[in-house]
Amino acid sequence: MEIKVLGPGCAKCQKTEQVVKEAVAESGIDAQVVKVTDTMEIAKSGVFGTPAVIVDGQVKAVGKVPSKQDVLKWIKK
Amino acid sequence: MAEECCVSGGNIMILSCSGGSNVGQLANQAAVELTQEGFGKIYCLAGIGGRLAGFVQSAKEVDQLIVIDGCEIGCGKATLESAGVPLRSYLVVTEIGVEKNKNFKLEREEVEKVKETVKNVLKESSFSPGAPNMASGGSCCA
Repeated sequence: MEIKVLGPGCAKCQKTEQVVKEAVAESGIDAQVVKVTDTMEIAKSGVFGTPAVIVDGQVKAVGKVPSKQDVLKWIKK
Repeated sequence: MAEECCVSGGNIMILSCSGGSNVGQLANQAAVELTQEGFGKIYCLAGIGGRLAGFVQSAKEVDQLIVIDGCEIGCGKATLESAGVPLRSYLVVTEIGVEKNKNFKLEREEVEKVKETVKNVLKESSFSPGAPNMASGGSCCA
């Protein structure tokens, strides 16, 4: 599983990455968390705002920090 | 490190027609100027029409969204419907008293009228979330 966290590097993006990593650790699922900070890459994804989370190519959250419960729901599906 | 990276414009997404008439271009020009003024952010209707995941999901999740169509043909509205994105705030330029024609020299007062109506529609929608908020003839109907 690949989870991308998109954001150029503000506090919310860092928080999102932290939440995602915590959820992955808690779930025990084998997932790679990739932080995308390049603005061109972020623009290509089509997301309206950051932070954004993409799980295996599916956009799950845009413009907000997701809760750990939400992330667990996405990765356990 | 970026101090802030979240979307500017108060999380208001503006999707506009940019069709082959004065009203299509008025819709687009109003969207561009509102973005430049910091009131919302113009985004990619074509990306939604192309069913590109990031664009579609962004439109579904954004706090506020307004679609500006040039005329009653409603291409912008149809684009959202076909992509499964709920229509929230909506404005049709011809329905606020602008006549459709092929003159691409846009009237400044018409651009301002569209911008003002967009702001009014969104202001009213923030008081009544849920049902689509439409602008027609200068007033919003429930």
